[in-house]
Amino acid sequence: MTIGLNHYLIVSLLVFLLGLYCVLTRRNAIGILMGVELVLNSANINYLAFAHFGSANYDGQIFAIFVIMLAAAEAAIGLAIVLGIYQTFDTIDVEATETLRG
Amino acid sequence: MNEPSSTELLRWIVLLPLFGAAINGIAGYVIQQRMGKRAISVLACAPVIIAFLLSVEVFWTLRSLPPEHRVLLDHMWTWLDVGGLHVDLAFLADPLSALMILIVTGVGGLIHIYSVGYMHDEPAYWRYFAFLNLFTFAMLTLVLGDNFLVMFIGWEGVGLCSYALIGFWYSEWANASAGSKAFIVNRIGDFGFVLGLFLLFWTLNEAGHPTVTFREVAEHAHLLEGKTFWGIGVATLVTLLFFVGATGKSAQIPLYVWLPDAMAGPTPVSALIHAATMVTAGVYMIGRLSALYDLAPLTLNVVAWIGAMTALFAATIALAQNDIKKVLAYSTVSQLGYMFMGMGAGAYTAGIFHLMTHAFFKACLFLGSGSVIHAMGGEQDMRKMGGLKQWMPQTYYTFLISTIAIAGIFPFAGFFSKDEILWKHFSSERGSGALWALGFIGAGMTAFYMFRLLFMTFYGENRSDHHTREHLHESPLVMTVPLMVLAFLATVGGLLGVPEALGGAHRIEQWLAPVWHAGEHAGGHEAHASFALEWLLMGASLSVAGLGILIAYLMYVRKSLSPDTFADAADGVPYRLVLNKYYVDEIYTAVFVNGTLLLSRLSAGFDRYVIDFIVDGSAAVTRGVSWFNGLFDLYIIDGMVNRVADLTMGLGTRFRQLQTGSINGYLYVVVVGVVVVIVARLM
Repeated sequence: MTIGLNHYLIVSLLVFLLGLYCVLTRRNAIGILMGVELVLNSANINYLAFAHFGSANYDGQIFAIFVIMLAAAEAAIGLAIVLGIYQTFDTIDVEATETLRG
Repeated sequence: MNEPSSTELLRWIVLLPLFGAAINGIAGYVIQQRMGKRAISVLACAPVIIAFLLSVEVFWTLRSLPPEHRVLLDHMWTWLDVGGLHVDLAFLADPLSALMILIVTGVGGLIHIYSVGYMHDEPAYWRYFAFLNLFTFAMLTLVLGDNFLVMFIGWEGVGLCSYALIGFWYSEWANASAGSKAFIVNRIGDFGFVLGLFLLFWTLNEAGHPTVTFREVAEHAHLLEGKTFWGIGVATLVTLLFFVGATGKSAQIPLYVWLPDAMAGPTPVSALIHAATMVTAGVYMIGRLSALYDLAPLTLNVVAWIGAMTALFAATIALAQNDIKKVLAYSTVSQLGYMFMGMGAGAYTAGIFHLMTHAFFKACLFLGSGSVIHAMGGEQDMRKMGGLKQWMPQTYYTFLISTIAIAGIFPFAGFFSKDEILWKHFSSERGSGALWALGFIGAGMTAFYMFRLLFMTFYGENRSDHHTREHLHESPLVMTVPLMVLAFLATVGGLLGVPEALGGAHRIEQWLAPVWHAGEHAGGHEAHASFALEWLLMGASLSVAGLGILIAYLMYVRKSLSPDTFADAADGVPYRLVLNKYYVDEIYTAVFVNGTLLLSRLSAGFDRYVIDFIVDGSAAVTRGVSWFNGLFDLYIIDGMVNRVADLTMGLGTRFRQLQTGSINGYLYVVVVGVVVVIVARLM
């Protein structure tokens, strides 16, 4: 069987779903960030797949590098926020941050 | 009518007494305290005496003019000039008013002088003279007025002063009440007068000549002919309404009831106002308006009949009275009746002539009775008097003369004037034989009751108690001299009107003739009935008077006839009826006074139960509506506001629950939302 575009897309989807699952259900703040990374990476896979199979130029790969960069920046900021949460709540369990509730 | 001559004299005749009244009225109390009663007397008597002298001058001035031109006009200023109505403050002197002012100032002056003595002990001396002067002013205004409005000022003014003077001793309820009665009854008459004036002016206005000036009214009186108002001839209605005013002022049936009560005032007041002047205003008025009355024979008939009935009616009451002033009061009412009888027969001169002679002898009689009362220490009941002629000779003689005059004995004043009235009724076509008969009987009664008065007071044994007898004295000169002057006038006054039948020139007829509208309407011109008939009637009058005197003599001097025989006749019913003045006052009280009170109570009840009910009811309704509105506000308005708040609260509570604070939760929702959007787009 030849590995075609669809296979990569399905992989990307699975990674996306797994990442989404992590974001939605993890109590650990870092776990959530990991999930976010997974989602971003899935988007990357998508880009690369389309770049490889679909387009004559390298736009997709370049964009994937942008995404990685963005993910790194965003991870840094996210970790800064987690740090702030830890300083306020003495834990990084997001269930502890449910103080702003109605 | 010719143009009158102009003068500035008349205003002073009117104004001097007014100034006297003003000074005494405003400063009298102080003047009396500082300068004594003498100052007040001078301040009060001087204006009237000077006014009398001026009146004499006016008289002479008129005499110097030819008869058709005897009119003097004193125009002070224009009073009203509005629309078609032009009224001046002006005074007119023609033969009639010249005669009247002589009477008013002359007799008035004598009474002022008399009052100096009579009111000597009165603390409110100044107030008396102030009002007496004010009265004189008002009476002169009435008589000299050149138009209805000026006359009406005087007309009302004399009513006011009458009230003030009758109720002079107002601390006694009866006196104050008598004053009120006089004023109120007068007012009823005045209402008739005013209505007459309105109707007259209205009719003249519609005919194109709006005026209230006497001369102009007389000129245009013919415009009233043929006009009717509500079906009645205007001339008749107007003159009748004016006559209503006269019945009030001059005490005729039905408005005479105030005059006997008016005896509550000081006796000189009774003499001046209720004998010589105010009560004659009605007679003067008819004379002044002769032009109108000549157009209304029906009214003249009414006037004559009421005059005659009053004359007889009052005479019967006078027969039984025991109070000396009451006898004179009813006598006045009766004699006024004679005057109206004269006017009603169109014999205007006769009526005015009797007015003049009556002023003389009635004033003398009243002042004489004042002298008696003064001597008797205030007693007025004749049954307690008697034999006074030995203590009060001057009073007695003057009283005797005036009594003879009023009884109509030749050649005293009353004879000529009364006889003329009776003669006119017998002989002229405007007169009535029936009325002659009534007048004839009345004359007999007059002689009787007046001599009864004379005999009971001055003859026989003195019936008063020891204490009073001690004090019996003749009055001082200041009181007896006026009596003598008046008695003299009562003696010779008649000579002004000696008729042709007795060889006289009838001066007064000549003097007054131009006033009765230049003879155009002058009726009553008897087709010169024979002198013999006139002499016959004179003889008859003298006989009936003599009969009256004789009966009085037998009853009260000789005592051979007993008055009780008459008093007890027919179970004493007629006697009591007459003694109680036919219960007229009681009837009036029951009907009019109580009727008015009943009406007032009904009105009060209506006000309390109906009007107040409506008002309180609407207040209650308003309260109810407001209560309802309150509920509405409370439950509905507030309800709605509260519901909105509750709604907001509810929604807020629900929506708050979205804020879980759970990060995982929020993310979950985001994802769900994205999925929904994708699915929706794919559809």
